[in-house]
Amino acid sequence: MRGWLIPVVLLATALALPFVVPTYYVQFASKALIMGMLAMALNLAVGHGGMVSLCHAAFFGLAGYVLALMAPGYDPASLLLTLPAAVLASAAAALVIGALALRTRGVYFIMVTLAFGEMLFFLFHDTGIAGGSDGAYVNAKPEIAIAGHQLLDLASPLAFYFVVLAFVVATVALLTMLVNAPFGHALAAARDNERRARSLGFPIFRVRLIAFVLSGALAGIAGYFAAAQFGFVAPQMLGWHLSATVLVMVLIGGLRSVTGPLIGALVLIVLEEVLKASTDYWKLVEGFIIILILLALPGGVRQLWPLIVGERSDEAPQRRARSPVAEGRHG
Amino acid sequence: MDLVTFGVQLLNAIQYGMVLFLVASGLTLVFGILGVINLAHGAFYMLGAYLAYWIATYTGSFLLAMVLGVAIAFAVGLVLENVFIRRLYGRDHLVQVLLSFGLILVIDEVREILFGKDVHAVAPPAWLSGSIQLTDNLSYPVYRLAICGFCLIVAALIFFVITRTKIGMIVRAGAENREMTQVLGIKFDVVNRYVFAVGIALAALGGIVIAPISTVFPGMGDGMLILSFVVVVLGGIGSVAGAAVGALLIGLTDTFGKVFFPSVSSILIYVLMAAVLLWRPNGILGRREV
Repeated sequence: MRGWLIPVVLLATALALPFVVPTYYVQFASKALIMGMLAMALNLAVGHGGMVSLCHAAFFGLAGYVLALMAPGYDPASLLLTLPAAVLASAAAALVIGALALRTRGVYFIMVTLAFGEMLFFLFHDTGIAGGSDGAYVNAKPEIAIAGHQLLDLASPLAFYFVVLAFVVATVALLTMLVNAPFGHALAAARDNERRARSLGFPIFRVRLIAFVLSGALAGIAGYFAAAQFGFVAPQMLGWHLSATVLVMVLIGGLRSVTGPLIGALVLIVLEEVLKASTDYWKLVEGFIIILILLALPGGVRQLWPLIVGERSDEAPQRRARSPVAEGRHG
Repeated sequence: MDLVTFGVQLLNAIQYGMVLFLVASGLTLVFGILGVINLAHGAFYMLGAYLAYWIATYTGSFLLAMVLGVAIAFAVGLVLENVFIRRLYGRDHLVQVLLSFGLILVIDEVREILFGKDVHAVAPPAWLSGSIQLTDNLSYPVYRLAICGFCLIVAALIFFVITRTKIGMIVRAGAENREMTQVLGIKFDVVNRYVFAVGIALAALGGIVIAPISTVFPGMGDGMLILSFVVVVLGGIGSVAGAAVGALLIGLTDTFGKVFFPSVSSILIYVLMAAVLLWRPNGILGRREV
């Protein structure tokens, strides 16, 4: 199996999908792509940068709120105006939170990002901005119009799907480029051995902060489209439960890959859908499944890959295998 | 603000800080000894409050609810450590975060199955339900004073055990240098199990004592988890004294923030945290390396 074959087949499937399945599934696929984009964004910080962030939902939700606040009543908002504004807001929040949180390491970083993320949650929950705890509606989907001429209307599920797909492909391209660029190597060096990277002269704080801000901005793009799709924003969009859920997607997909989290998002969203349809206590089952995955497959579902398609070289399991638990289980 | 009102607010701040300390000290102990970051800590606080409601309703005795609630939480802690948590020792923080997130989902749903998702109120014990008349139109509930006293006793007990007993010595040695302590013949599987159970019991105890003055509701654990994290970040992780300092700081900031700056009070504690991060990234009483 060639390395490029799988992505090409997947992309072809994604392009053909809207023409063979009913609208409901097109919308479902859009939602999965949006969450996948969020997971890939988060993974830039977590997997590539070694910064376990629990506040990415805040960047995601903040962008959604910017769309809700900028949307002119019942008329569609201008995509070219609101999307950059939303992404800018998320990036600015990531810059401030990142600059403070990156003064810490490890478990502190986790706690600090969680706390600052919740600060934004409470900001929208407790103060009256955009409806407080009730949330706010985005009445019309954004559009691109020039001189009253509508060029693109996201109200059509098909158009929405393709726009989101285009952004996902662009995200994959950007992240792949970034990870393989000197910047990505510096980021990985800082993750794997901070002291050595520092002594080699890498500006670690700046590299990490740039990665964190970029990751927050990408999360903002995802949040913008999520708000546009649901037509509604609520403080829960910024809550840390979403951050943790996306982290689960990242872990399922594998930390060292760019597109893995996309698969992880798809797996978790389909799983949730199936569980919701089959039991009232789906969160109980989901919780146990998450715990089982963590204990049995510390490197994500990608660990099942070699069992399915035979051995292949992959960095992820090797690095993971260092922990004694993993060795005992798979060794 | 006159002196009496100030005094009342100060008492409120201290009482709030003391309860925060109970919960956060459990979190910081578990991290200090086990090296595990437990996001489900807040869920046990919530569970404690529901247990208090449930036992107090069925038996009519709040004291019994306290004893039984703590005992149940302790037992649950022993079991959870044995089944899940011990598999997390030495693992990535990411895995610990997500496993405890999975636990939160499970605990929340178990709570819903057992107790539903209604909001409840719990009555304090009759002999503590009165209030002290301070001025003509200002009184202070006895129960809040009792919380202060009770939490002080528990805090003193924690400090006594950690600084003055052999168990505390083992716990401190384990936090300092685990391998060395093991070489000296200390079995850490047992120590870990009990420390985790004590941490959980402290979280539940916090939930139990707070139940009569706050409402018992499903989301209460989340708020407390965040607050405990802020306390630990302020004080320095693994340090019980740091947790005490952090908890009192949060109690004062939050209570007086609500009095003086009501519109931004929910943001104030995070501003405080940001300031401490700029000043001492490892916490006020934290060590250099974590």
